[in-house]
Amino acid sequence: MKFLPLVLANLKRHKLRTILTTSSVALALFLFASLRTVTTTLNAGSQVSSASRMIVQNATAFVIPLPMSYAGRLQNIPHVESVTWANWFGGKYGDGKRFFATFAIDPESYLKMYPEIQVAEDQKQAFLRERSAAVIGEGLVRSFGWKVGDNVTLQGTIFPGDWTFTIRGIYHPTLKEYGDDSFMFHYDYLYEREPDRVTPGWFIMKIDDPNAAPSVAKTIDDQFRNSTAPTKSGTEKAFAAGFASMWGNVKLLMTTIGMAGVIEILLVTANAMMMSQRERTSEVAVMKTVGFSDGRVFSLIIIEAAVIALTGAVLGLGAATLLPIVTGFGEGGFLPGFHVTGGTLLVGVSVAVLLTAASGVVPAWQAAKLPVVQALRRVE
Amino acid sequence: MALVEIRNVHKSFKREAQTVDVYSGLTIDFEEGSYTALMGPSGSGKSTLLNLVAGLDRPTSGVVRVAGAEVSAMKPAQLADWRSRTIGFVFQSYNLLPVLTAQQNVELPLLLTHLNKKERAERTAIALGVVGLTDRMDHFPRQLSGGQEQRVAIARAIVADPTLILLDEPTGQLDAKSSDEVLELLRRLNEEFHKTIMIVTHDAKAADKATTVLHLEKGTLLEREAVSADANLEANDGVGVAR
Repeated sequence: MKFLPLVLANLKRHKLRTILTTSSVALALFLFASLRTVTTTLNAGSQVSSASRMIVQNATAFVIPLPMSYAGRLQNIPHVESVTWANWFGGKYGDGKRFFATFAIDPESYLKMYPEIQVAEDQKQAFLRERSAAVIGEGLVRSFGWKVGDNVTLQGTIFPGDWTFTIRGIYHPTLKEYGDDSFMFHYDYLYEREPDRVTPGWFIMKIDDPNAAPSVAKTIDDQFRNSTAPTKSGTEKAFAAGFASMWGNVKLLMTTIGMAGVIEILLVTANAMMMSQRERTSEVAVMKTVGFSDGRVFSLIIIEAAVIALTGAVLGLGAATLLPIVTGFGEGGFLPGFHVTGGTLLVGVSVAVLLTAASGVVPAWQAAKLPVVQALRRVE
Repeated sequence: MALVEIRNVHKSFKREAQTVDVYSGLTIDFEEGSYTALMGPSGSGKSTLLNLVAGLDRPTSGVVRVAGAEVSAMKPAQLADWRSRTIGFVFQSYNLLPVLTAQQNVELPLLLTHLNKKERAERTAIALGVVGLTDRMDHFPRQLSGGQEQRVAIARAIVADPTLILLDEPTGQLDAKSSDEVLELLRRLNEEFHKTIMIVTHDAKAADKATTVLHLEKGTLLEREAVSADANLEANDGVGVAR
């Protein structure tokens, strides 16, 4: 601690340079943490998905719906306990800048299928009773200030026109990775208005034995193979993992950009530290003359590098953690539950420690091994 | 009793392809409490002698011993520790750390001791008091005159109460008045505080303040001269003894 004033005095020597170097580290770690969070959020979706729920979608494309008649046939397949369905509505509110997911669901079976979606019992009953009712996540309450009893009009993008709903329930998820900004309403309400166009987008089934999932999937897909709407079935977990894997190249790209940023900053910081040391050759020689050992000089320079890297880490990782909360980015719909994980923070701090070592070791070593007499002769 | 013993020291430098011999078997003693001026033309080996005594440089062969410790045989870490306790060094160009105040510059050697903050502050205040700069302790080097900077450098050299103070042309960059102040300060350190002082100088006036003047040329001790009345010098088979 007694050497801290010396370290701080050296950091204040060129304030602007120290601020810029620290800012560079902060920016690099902000980018690194943010980009890594995109991948961890995508992966988290598949981690929390249930292995005892299965998804049946159109084999041709996810956006092509399936006939309603499949519901009864799926229910009769061995190991299937219950079936529900949903449809992507694609509505927007106002200028549409705040994106959120809108689903038409079969209310009773859907809420039973997803115990992770928690709605107060009285609100749930109100939602089930009223055909034009909607249940929304807490994220939408925070974004729009909606409350139970409000009438909300969405503009349909797939099903054009104004669609007015009455909010009867507000849900919160048991796991934040499920997201809390979905807008769900009765499938029948959609069907009534668009009977010629509306059929389920996908089916969700609960099975009694997760180990039976492969055989159940095969049975379903074999059954509908030669129909007009062949199916592609799998566990929800596999479905989510498949969705995440669609981002495969993007994840690689993000990781690469993040690491490139860190490496670039490492070079900038190392250069700044070496410049700083070159300017202080005579001072290091004087300190050694006074009695500072090679090891002590080495440590002081490493501490300087550590102060820069760790301050940058606190700023960068702090900003990456707080910004999604402050801006509500995690409520944007595509990446529900977007938040910097403890693992990402740990990796970020490790990167900062590596940055310290990589940027500080060379100048510290040079200073420690500086021949005092030669350095003094240059000065004298 | 000899505080500094130089025994048959050889020192050579490599300069490009050539080997330059600075000393070829120099033997000399410096008594405890002595105040010795080292004079001679540039390249005569004056500063090299200070560097060897301070352990900043090593002899090619021979022995350098200070207060019984064989400096020339110490390992770097031992040497740094020993230097912090034994040697006070003053440079021609002051060499204060520009980012530290006068008080912090003087405190620097004490950071290597086990003294606590309060004790360090007390010692620093005493050292600055000795050089007459108590009222400048919060000033940075750029806010001080050359003479004041050199006095701060001397305070830094004496703050850890070293056995030996080495000065390499301490008045070389000072005007006459500042030079006189520094020389008077050195006289007091020697006479009142009984510090052993070795000073390299080209300045005859600075040498006059010493009790002994040694003239070096091409690494050889040419002449020993007692300056003050109570000083005397002996020559014994080529061994210079400064008292």
